Amino acid sequence: MNGKAGSIQRDIAARVVPHIPAGAVVNLGIGIPTIVADLLPPGHAHLQTENGLLGVGPTPAPDDVDPNLVHAGKQPVTARPGASYFASSASFGMIRGGHVEVAVLGALQVDGRGRIANWAVPGKPVLGVGGAMDLLVGARTVVVATTHLAKDGSPKIVDECEFPLTAQRPVDVIVTEAATFRVDPDGLALVALADGVDVGWVAAHTTASFAVALTSVSA
Amino acid sequence: MTTVAAPVRDVADAVGLVPDGATLMVGGFGLVGAPLTLIEGLLAHSTTGGFTVVSNNLGEPGRGLGRLLLEGRVAKAVGSYFTSNPDVVAAHQAGTLEVELVPQGTLAEAIRAGGAGIGGFYTRTGWGTLLGEGREERVIRGEPHIYQESLRADVALIRARAADELGNLVYAKTARNFNPDMATAADLVIAEVDEIVPVGTLDPEEIVTPHLFVDTLVLSGARP
Repeated sequence: MNGKAGSIQRDIAARVVPHIPAGAVVNLGIGIPTIVADLLPPGHAHLQTENGLLGVGPTPAPDDVDPNLVHAGKQPVTARPGASYFASSASFGMIRGGHVEVAVLGALQVDGRGRIANWAVPGKPVLGVGGAMDLLVGARTVVVATTHLAKDGSPKIVDECEFPLTAQRPVDVIVTEAATFRVDPDGLALVALADGVDVGWVAAHTTASFAVALTSVSA
Repeated sequence: MTTVAAPVRDVADAVGLVPDGATLMVGGFGLVGAPLTLIEGLLAHSTTGGFTVVSNNLGEPGRGLGRLLLEGRVAKAVGSYFTSNPDVVAAHQAGTLEVELVPQGTLAEAIRAGGAGIGGFYTRTGWGTLLGEGREERVIRGEPHIYQESLRADVALIRARAADELGNLVYAKTARNFNPDMATAADLVIAEVDEIVPVGTLDPEEIVTPHLFVDTLVLSGARP
């Protein structure tokens, strides 16, 4: 937790990887979730991007960039063998219709019931939502990948979000650089700790209450 | 809607079909799949404005629809993600641009429904959030949904890779995005394409937008 910002993001992404089943259809949000794609073994999962591609491949070499081939973060990508293109309505039909198995999303805050806020900040104009609300209601499993603390050092996992919620539906798993929580019907359960982190550190840096149900020291 | 050959127009003629105060659907995800020749044409050859623009974003700063905004031609934007263009935020704060924010999947489905003769639909997306406030609610299969009316436009400006002379369209990779949905949901559909090929050249299996949706074709000139 004392590393450079970039390496923390990568640590979080690495801790998300075990939550991506082989062969699953997965949508990766912008930010930390995007890094997950670089850490998955090639062909491990079928990556869907909501701007209309199932079968996202690795970032192309600069000479091979196709301006018509981007992911939802508008960065160049490639298409894997077996990929398909489709219109936006079909893409969100896949998402809302429960055909995407796992969505990995970033978050500004997560509440004690596992509901996330990731699209609007109070006092600032509310001018962007993208596909976050659709992914939260539609993906069969939602993993949130976030730094444990906000930039000002305050906890991001809180009793009640002060930022507007993205959906009432809770996520299933919360992954930070320090800890992994499972979201149970009665609240959060701490299931894994990063190397060098103990329950005391997590308790001191998490406002929401949580049960301790560690299944491994590092996962 | 045309069932004979879709007329090919030059850019100035095509944008001359866009009336003042029109509701426009404009394809693209950012600048990818945006009809940049048509947008540039509106800037160069038409003085119409006061548009309501239905588009996922409003271009990028000074590019695509972002230029139309800077020229003061856009009165209202309906879309899902505007924060990537600071000019949109500034215009909204200055009170010169009305913004209606719609979740991206709800936006796409509202356009699809508008083109398919559906008046509206219920979705779980947005229920219990700021964007769902004041909406009609209905519990379906035990889950709360909110009502969304479908969307239609006077004119759709869309981008495809190629057309045949009838107006059948094929697209280029993720430049497809909102374009096929918008092609169905406007009274007048103008498609900007890289090439126009003879009828019979496109494999019927590969045609994404059948010609009955497309009214006129314009050859693409500008590049992002």
